Amino acid sequence: MDLVQWFAAPLQYEFMVKAILVSALVGLVCSALSCYMTLKGWALMGDAVSHAVLPGVVIAYVLNIPLAIGAFVFGVGSVLAIGFIKAKTRVKEDAVIGLVFTGFFALGIVLISKVKSTVDLGHILFGNVLGISDSDITQTVIISIITLVTLAILRKDLILFCFDSTHARSIGMNITFLYYVLLSLLSLTAVAGLQTVGIILVVAMLVTPGATAYLLSDRFDQMMLIAIASGVFSSVMGTYISYHIDGSTGGCIVVLQTLLFVIAMIFAPKHGLLVQPKAAESP
Amino acid sequence: MNAIRIDIENVTVAYHGKVALHSASLQLQAGTICGLVGMNGAGKSTLFKAIMGFVQPAGGRILINGLPIRRVQKSSLVAYVPQSEEVDWNFPVSVHDVVMMGRYGYMNLLRIPRLSDQRAVREALERVEMWQMRDRQIGELSGGQKKRTFFARALAQQGKVLLLDEPFAGVDIKTEKMMIHLLMELRQTGHTILISTHDLASITTFCDQVVLINRTILAYGNTSEVFTAENLSRTFGGSVGDFSLATSQLAPGNQEEQEWT
Ligand SMILES: Nc1ncnc2c1ncn2[C@@H]1O[C@H](COP(=O)(O)OP(=O)(O)OP(=O)(O)O)[C@@H](O)[C@H]1O
Ligand SMILES: [Mg+2]
Repeated sequence: MDLVQWFAAPLQYEFMVKAILVSALVGLVCSALSCYMTLKGWALMGDAVSHAVLPGVVIAYVLNIPLAIGAFVFGVGSVLAIGFIKAKTRVKEDAVIGLVFTGFFALGIVLISKVKSTVDLGHILFGNVLGISDSDITQTVIISIITLVTLAILRKDLILFCFDSTHARSIGMNITFLYYVLLSLLSLTAVAGLQTVGIILVVAMLVTPGATAYLLSDRFDQMMLIAIASGVFSSVMGTYISYHIDGSTGGCIVVLQTLLFVIAMIFAPKHGLLVQPKAAESP
Repeated sequence: MNAIRIDIENVTVAYHGKVALHSASLQLQAGTICGLVGMNGAGKSTLFKAIMGFVQPAGGRILINGLPIRRVQKSSLVAYVPQSEEVDWNFPVSVHDVVMMGRYGYMNLLRIPRLSDQRAVREALERVEMWQMRDRQIGELSGGQKKRTFFARALAQQGKVLLLDEPFAGVDIKTEKMMIHLLMELRQTGHTILISTHDLASITTFCDQVVLINRTILAYGNTSEVFTAENLSRTFGGSVGDFSLATSQLAPGNQEEQEWT
């Protein structure tokens, strides 16, 4: 099969066209946010929130309200719970994060097992972009617009918040507000990512592109572009590959993202493994 | 420029119930440089954080021209340079980007720099002799260059109050002199400056007033009256050793610096 065929063949199916477009959009949005996640050191937080939204998603399914609302409530709720337990007990932060998000996640699994008829556990856990419904597409588009517009408007404030929140405070910026903005966007994009790669792998969408770009650039804007390029590329190619090998779409996307990271790790012009000996030699 | 006055009234700060600063009172006046001196753990940084509103005093209050800090922060009035920047040095920002952050308070929602912002940043970078390095990623700087960058950010902010927590730690003697020179210029234009330092030798060269601190304010007033051997020995628990005030003219033989940083 030649290359043109390889790319063109899936496009005769409407579901594939939709899947590719949705994956690309989700890749774009998650990658944009991933820059802030990696720079703020929020990878673990991203993992926690993306898992903790599960019960919210299930409840929203049952109540027939937008999943994003349920996810939002539980995403923010989990972080408040983490903050509360950390402040009130002597348990260390990583342990608190670990126990809170697994607790929420477990609750979600219990809920799913009780409402099996309407919710497919597999689709939530592993994504189902090939069978995405129109209402889910609408929701993804709305989430994407909200996220991208917010990131565009607050770009510099969020950079400063991630870089030096002490200075942000000292010039009177409301860092509590920025904290919750970032947290809310995280919860929302977790829902968007859930459609394509599923809840288990969504954290990869929210961390890996940013980490890859971080190795390749010393300029924020450049980093953002690289993250988006790698995220969109992995999403689109991953969807194609999953079609051709008839394998898990989410799995393919995340494997590709990880490959890109490994390539960057080895070959990055400034921070790659290959250049490090040279850097040590130079005066 | 309107004069800014800071009143610190009976401020007590405690961390987890442990008092770090007890009942501190002092006034900072416009057009003066006030030096803050005390040993490690004496509460210098705590005093700065209290002025910035980063720690909530257990008692007392701090007023800036009669207003609490929260009311004046938005106007970029107070520029604060912490003792050590708790930042990720690999963060993808350049020296120029960092100094521009000092201007955010003057910009609109999108933080698009205007000509005046560009000019203030350039001027600040030139004053600390960092303009040539403006495009460097901040992790590619030496320790002293990092200090200068953050000092430049405070200059670019053009606050009428400067709070500098050990700006000389780890900078060479030439840079220290340059910074002192800049501070003296700012004093002339009516700025209110509080600076902590362990470089006792340079204090008398540029500080109008001195605050000696050890968990509370031991002495406070004009440098010539307060900065005495007796008071210093009280401040450092008799461990000033052979430090002699006669040599404190920022002379070439400024060897103490190493010890104190
Ligand atoms: N965040 C904190 N939590 C608990 N205790 C603290 C905290 N920050 C400071 N302290 C304590 O408060 C006291 C004063 O600390 P501070 O940082 O103000 O000292 P300093 O005068 O700035 O010292 P140095 O010269 O070493 O910078 C110290 O005993 C310190 O251990
Ligand atoms: Mg200190």
